[in-house]
Amino acid sequence: MSSFATTQLDIEKIRKQFPVLHQDVNGKQLIYFDNAATSQTPDVVINALSDYYSLDNANIHRGIHALAERSTAAYEESRKKVASFINADEPEEVIFTKGTTESINLVATAYGRKFLEAGDEVLISGMEHHSNIVPWQILCEQTGAKLKVTPVEDNGDLNMEAFRGLLSERTRIVSIVFISNTLGTINPIKEIATAAHNAGAKILVDAAQAAPHTKIDVRDLNCDFLAFSAHKMYGPTGTGVLYGKRALLEKMDPYQGGGEMIKEVSFEKTTYGEIPHKFEAGTPNIGDVIAFGTAIEFVEGIGHDMLKQHEDDLLAHANSTLRDIDGFTPIGTSNQKASVISFNIDGIHPFDLGMLLDARGIAVRTGHHCTQPLMDRFKIEGTARASFAVYNTISEIDDFVTALKDIVSKYRK
Amino acid sequence: MTIQEKQDEIIDEFGMLEGDMEMSINYLMELGERLDTYPEHLRDEDHIVKGCQSKVWLNAELKENTVEFQADSNTAITKGLVSLLIRVMSGQKPDDILNQVIYFPSRIGMSRFIGTQRSNGFSAMIKQMKMYALALNSKIKA
Repeated sequence: MSSFATTQLDIEKIRKQFPVLHQDVNGKQLIYFDNAATSQTPDVVINALSDYYSLDNANIHRGIHALAERSTAAYEESRKKVASFINADEPEEVIFTKGTTESINLVATAYGRKFLEAGDEVLISGMEHHSNIVPWQILCEQTGAKLKVTPVEDNGDLNMEAFRGLLSERTRIVSIVFISNTLGTINPIKEIATAAHNAGAKILVDAAQAAPHTKIDVRDLNCDFLAFSAHKMYGPTGTGVLYGKRALLEKMDPYQGGGEMIKEVSFEKTTYGEIPHKFEAGTPNIGDVIAFGTAIEFVEGIGHDMLKQHEDDLLAHANSTLRDIDGFTPIGTSNQKASVISFNIDGIHPFDLGMLLDARGIAVRTGHHCTQPLMDRFKIEGTARASFAVYNTISEIDDFVTALKDIVSKYRK
Repeated sequence: MTIQEKQDEIIDEFGMLEGDMEMSINYLMELGERLDTYPEHLRDEDHIVKGCQSKVWLNAELKENTVEFQADSNTAITKGLVSLLIRVMSGQKPDDILNQVIYFPSRIGMSRFIGTQRSNGFSAMIKQMKMYALALNSKIKA
């Protein structure tokens, strides 16, 4: 363990900002390694949420009183923060949703149903989360379009040659995950976007796992749509983002009807508002969106370079120490990986392993991670998955490895 | 022993583990290992009770007017939990299986071992056992 850049980040100072980490679980200090499912929230985000309800709570956009003005300003400020965070051309290209799943469904519905017809194709990959499979299956059933799937290599990389081969003149939408929640693979999105555009298709990027780990630049990636969630990047649950290029968003029909999204309503004819409001029907999740803005400030305050360096160090340390464990089999060994380790241990079912780790205060996820087709691809029922965040430490990984070794020695058949 | 007596026995046993999670898991895994070998030819779709992360295979046969259950699971902890149900239900009359309330899971804090979502899988298993009892009961009375 030589030059860990973790020394550059004051992890203890960061940990102090996350109250949830400081508790015992089953009599042991909690080690939280389930960050790919949801990350924990720092004091500043919790306070932003609390302050909103304590001081500013009011419905946005239509009110003329002081509280409505403050909440509207804070909500729209979050939109600007998101736009800057992903380097969008303008805040209007940022739509607030419930999260990544709703963002993908929005595109599948409002773009897909309008522009796809029988015989058209949607191209996804074999490592997609169910949320980037099922909306397209529904769209294909409704329109007669076909769903095509890019295969995954043994090491967890996308088969790019097959991807190019699957692109055709009928491909209308390519929807690919930036970082796999199960394998940790970081996909070459820029290359994928270029190939998709050359084939005349639009590209949606599922950036749920990417947002907390990698600097996202929608202009550099040249993606048409991009989706991510606040709760995987130290923000609150229940809100996320759909980024879309203005020209595309303007061409799309509304996703839902209601208040906020209209210009004029009469029983004869309703006209819709401009983007982004056209896609934000009803009272939005105001408090969480405002706190999301604070989460972005938290991430930017640390900096993506520092985050990535720290998480890469954690991953490297975990990789080098886990391989000593008898029967350890990693699933996903790409050279381009985020700090996610899926694995199995011969002779112990991942469910049993997860329970035994929980008994020692270590939170990992077990199961298919909402990627059942990927499990079928690797001919496994599920995996155990440890995923790291900024507040995790080398010493936590050492404790995790020690616990695993002990569990293997006691319980492995 | 009646279904109630068997449940009380299990509650007493787990009481001795004083809520220690790992000791409880260890004990469950040991109990699972002691379960009779499940017949391979009954390991099929007709006998499966699917949970969220684990599979359970369950079979029941009539033996001198009582129900004999056999079961297996692909995970050691679930197999232990299943073994507890078998201990309570196997060898009982179908009427008793149908009428008795199963209260031991909550009394041994079972939700801690299987989680809220998987509790539904466990409920499905109890329901399946009662369905078997119902079917076998009509066989007796026919």
